[in-house]
Order: sequence, then C-alpha cells, then structure tokens
Amino acid sequence: MAGLRIRSMRGGSGVPLLLLHRSTGNTGWSEFHECLSTNFEVDVPDLPGYGQSTLPEWAREPRDLAILMLQYLRKRDLRAASVVGLGFGGFIAAHMATMDAESVGRLVLVGSPGLRPEEGEIMDQMLIEHAAYVKAGFRDEETATRHLGEEIDPNLLALWQFNRVMTARIAWKPYMFDPRLPALLPEVRTPTLLVYGGADRVIPPAIPARYASTLPNARLELIPEAGHLVEVEEPEVVAGLVHAHALQSQPTSTRT
Amino acid sequence: MLIGHFTERPYQDPNSQYFGATGRNIQDLSISNADYDPKIGSALYNRYLDERVYAEEMGFDAVMLNEHHSTPFCMGGVVNVEASILARITDKVKIVINGNVLPIWDDPLWLAEELATIDMISEGRLVTGWVRGTGRESVAHNAQPPFNWARFQEAHDLILKAWTTPGPFRWEGDHYQYRYVNPWMRPYQQPHPMIMIPGVLSRNTVEWAAKHRYPYVMLATRLEPTKQSFDYYREVATSEGYEAGSEHIGYLFKVHVDETEELAYETGKKFLEGPGNIFLEGSRGVVSPVLQNLPGLTDRNNLLPTGQVGIAAASRGHSDLGKSGDGADPAPSGPPRPAAQAGYDEQLENYTIITGTPKTVIPKIRHVLETLRPGSIFFWDGDGAMTHEDSMRSLRLFGSDVIPAVREMADELDLPGPYEKSPADARPVDTPAAVEASD
Repeated sequence: MAGLRIRSMRGGSGVPLLLLHRSTGNTGWSEFHECLSTNFEVDVPDLPGYGQSTLPEWAREPRDLAILMLQYLRKRDLRAASVVGLGFGGFIAAHMATMDAESVGRLVLVGSPGLRPEEGEIMDQMLIEHAAYVKAGFRDEETATRHLGEEIDPNLLALWQFNRVMTARIAWKPYMFDPRLPALLPEVRTPTLLVYGGADRVIPPAIPARYASTLPNARLELIPEAGHLVEVEEPEVVAGLVHAHALQSQPTSTRT
Repeated sequence: MLIGHFTERPYQDPNSQYFGATGRNIQDLSISNADYDPKIGSALYNRYLDERVYAEEMGFDAVMLNEHHSTPFCMGGVVNVEASILARITDKVKIVINGNVLPIWDDPLWLAEELATIDMISEGRLVTGWVRGTGRESVAHNAQPPFNWARFQEAHDLILKAWTTPGPFRWEGDHYQYRYVNPWMRPYQQPHPMIMIPGVLSRNTVEWAAKHRYPYVMLATRLEPTKQSFDYYREVATSEGYEAGSEHIGYLFKVHVDETEELAYETGKKFLEGPGNIFLEGSRGVVSPVLQNLPGLTDRNNLLPTGQVGIAAASRGHSDLGKSGDGADPAPSGPPRPAAQAGYDEQLENYTIITGTPKTVIPKIRHVLETLRPGSIFFWDGDGAMTHEDSMRSLRLFGSDVIPAVREMADELDLPGPYEKSPADARPVDTPAAVEASD
C-alpha cells in the first residue's frame, strides 16, 4: 500500500473493527484485543513506521498516517468500519473522520491527544525516560508494576525506543496536537465515543472536554479510577463500551 | 601547524552555586535560568573576549569558539556574535567556530549570510565548523532529532552553494526551500572559508568529513580511541583516492601552563571545578540520559571507537554514564567530591589533562603530537573554575615558551596544518594573512 508493507494482527469475528495502537506501538495480542474479538473482527495494524510496518520516509505529521489508514481501509474493503484509536492512534482516527466520514462508521478515542489543551499540558514523552513515561500511563506506581513487572522486559523497552523515532518524525512539533482539528471536527457527524481515565496523568481533562464540545455526536465516558492506559487497566469495561457504541443505531442526522 | 586556543566560556557565578568547590550539579533539564545574572554574564563575555585578544598577542594562530544552548558550561549560545566582535577587535588570528549546530537552524541561508559577513569583517580569517549538536541543542531549539543528520547535510549543501554559485537560484530541498537564493554578501575567502568539522562519536560524520576532505577535529577525547577514529578517516580517504595527512587532522585537548609545578597542579584542578562541561571526565555535571537518547538522534550502529560504549561522556571517561542523576542536589554546600579529586591525578596520567610549567608540559604535548599526528591543535584552557588571572598567566607562558617549542616540534615531526597544505588539494593556501606575513 503506497509502496509500504503493513503488518497487522487479526482475530475474532463479527463487525469489522480497525484498532489503531498507541505511540508506544503494538505489544502483542492483549486482553483488550481478546475482549473485543468476541464481538468484532478485529484488525490491528502496525501503523506505518511503527513495529514491523515500513516507514514512510515522506510522512511529516499524524495526518499523513490518517491518509494511509484510509487507504488501508479501502484496500481491505472495510466500509463504514468502527475505528478505535488508543492514545496517539485516536489522534489519527480523528483525522481520518475529518477526511472521510463515510469510511469511519463509528469512532472511539481512548485517552487520545490531538487537541491543544486550554488548560494543562500533554505529558512530553521526549523529555523523560521512556520507561517512566509508560509507567505514568498507569493510575499509580503499584498498578504500573502489576502490569509491567518490577523489571520491564528489555524487548519491550527496545520496541518503545524504536517506535519513538517515528513519533518524533511526525509528532515532535506541535507535540501531539493539530491546530486544524478544532476547525474540522464540528463537521464530523460520526457517532463518537470518548473514553478517558479520571486519573489520567498524561492527557489533561481539558482535551476530552474539548473533543466532547467540538464533535457534534460525541459522548464522553470517564472511567473514574483509571489512568491514561484505560484499555490496559480496564479491558473489559472499555471493550463493553466499544461494543455498545458500535451496535447503537445511527443517530438521526440533524443536518442543516 | 595551526595552533589555537579554546575555552568553553563557562558561566561562573558564585551566587548561583553552579560554580567552584561548592557547586551544585549541572544536569540538563533540571536547572532554571532564574539563576542567571546578566551582570555576571556581561562581565564574563567581556573577560573571555579580552582573553582572546591576549591569545592573539601571545602568538596563537587561532582562537576557537563553540556553541551550546541552555547550559551554564558554555556561554556560546550565539557564538556568531562573539565571532563577529573578534573579527573586528583582532588582526591576525583565525576565528574558528567549531561549530555552528547546523540542524537546529530553520533558516540556514541566514547562517550563510552571517558567516560571510564575519569572513569579510575579519578579512578572510573565519574558519567555519559545523556540528550536529547534542540532544540538548535539539531540544533547546526544538529541532526534530530524527532529521538531524539529513538537515545537517542539506544545510551544508545549501550554504556551500550559496557561497560558491552566483545567484539567484532556487532551492527546493527535503528540509529547506527557498524561492530566491541570492545573498548580498559573499565570503572574503574564495571559493569559501576554510571548513573544519569537529566531533566526538559519529562515524557518519567522520566518513562524511573525509569524503569532503574537511579537517576533522576530535574534541578532548582520550588518545587511543581518538587515534582509531583518525585511522578511520584515513581509511575513508584512501577509498576516496587521496591520502589524508596532518592537514586533515585536528585535536582539542586540555593544557594549562603555570609558573610553578605546584601552582600548575592546583590550577589544573579547576578544570574539574565550577561549571565545566558535563560530558568531561571528573566533571561535576550529570549527563541526562534522556537527552543522550533522543529518538533518532544518533544511529547507534554508527559510533566511533570513542563512542562505542554508548555516549560521548563515556568516551571521555565520565563515570556518571547512564545514571539519572539528582538534579536538585540537596547538599549544594558540601565539600568537593573525592571522586573528582581522584579522577584528577588519573587524568594527569592519561593525558586527559596536561598541566605544568613549560618545561614539563612541552614533552607531554610532544607525546600527543607523535601519537595523533595532527596538523591543527587547540589548547583548551581557562575553563571550569579558572579565573581571569589563571588564564592570563597560562596564555603568557604559552606565548613565551610553549608555542615556539611546539612550532619547532611540528616542523621536526612534519605536521603541516591546513593553511600550509590545503586539505582540498594539498597545495599551500594563499590566505590574506599569509600574504600579509610575507610582505
């Protein structure tokens, strides 16, 4: 696709669902993937430049990956798919919806950046040790240790380190937001679910609030105790919300 | 041989406690410029400029400046301003900028204009040098680390073309685009100023410098890995079809000269005190692993022998490598660390620091010249916690004893510098200064 090789993991059966990973990348078939696969045919590509997908040398911003992912949906003949973006993947999914609302049947953003927060700052993964950044994704130190262990697997660290290069190529500045999105999102009528952790230490609450007020068909679900990595901490809860959202009927349009 | 003088121009401020034996740790990303006192800054800039003028009087061929950002160990954030002033207030010395951090310039044509202006004001005495910078520089001016090397190369190509090709022309590159390149200034030296490439650890850069036949200046790295890096330069040169000589090899190393051995020993210790370069052995600073590890900044498969263990700090024997450090040192008023003290004697033994009277310093310099065979050397002095008086005593003795002896040595060892034998074509360089000298 566009001269790139895209690697993806697939599983489950049901309605097609495209799942876009976080800036840390795909770390394998997780509990969250498993929960989704009971109701969906889940497709989890490595975003171009991440993991085992080819790096598009020319890409300079997250929107470039959104274009590629729309091409990917067409190539795979996935129409009006549910697109679930985790973290940075949600930033890309939001761009996809602004460009081609037909292709994105349902949109879910989980702990995603993409907008400049009116208050607070997005935690900068470039200026702290990456392991510390990932740990900050959990609600607290104890939860982080429970998921990552006392010693983080060196393979995992190496993968993060590798993926970070692509993030620096396309999201170094502006860091994790696009000033064009607020102008474009009001036209996105795709039913959108926003899932954020109430104890998110990476994304300030101003961002989900702004998504909720800018997108005309969005609903915000705050998981009070969860950190930034909501789907890791609460896989069943998030998968359940995604399922309910994907199955809900198309809202009556209020087009003017 | 080209003999130059260098200091990083540390921000010495007793009040900020980033100075002297009671110094707080300097760790990138952990200190605030709230502590910066512009009155002290003013006095220091003027002091360092005065010392450069005196270096010229004492017979140095060159004064070298460097550029770092957001750190107390080097005040050269806007090094071209210092170079511009030196262009006017000195008469003979080469003004070596080693170097401008190319990838952080969003408008390198502006840099081409500045450098050409400096070259004209100095009547052809600019030696321009370009570096890729450390993570600190990328962060300080928010340049994307993964494009560092590509931007370095493209900015270089653009500047060279702007200097050597009559305008106007267009530049539609990957990282820089200009619809009208036609600067209304051209460098005094033709076809362009002498270029030197300083470095520490990037194999790519050495290879690139050798391919362009630019002299490569290793910056205060240990002798053995430095020698290996120069061997790599020679290897590339051979495959490029030319033989690299001393004119292609430069070395910066720490030398302090003083009136007595005791005074030299005590003053040399100050290299390790005060706000010295945090990368250097025995330094009080702490290297930030985050900044050394910015995504995509350095291809880890392309490190020189000086950097194979990981980062520049280690190549210079820095013991704090990899530790996250404690930026907010809770005990800033403690005594000097014994580690730094022990490190000092060791460094005197392994030539990381040379200090003494001219009598003891000269044979050590000879050892360095015999080992590395450089055509350009830069004595790094007046740094860390050294005072103006310390610097001036040393400069005077360099002038009276050391420089004349080193010149004889260079002749005897046949180490021509880049002005005696052009790195580009091995011919003598007909510089304005050389013409003047033969008058």
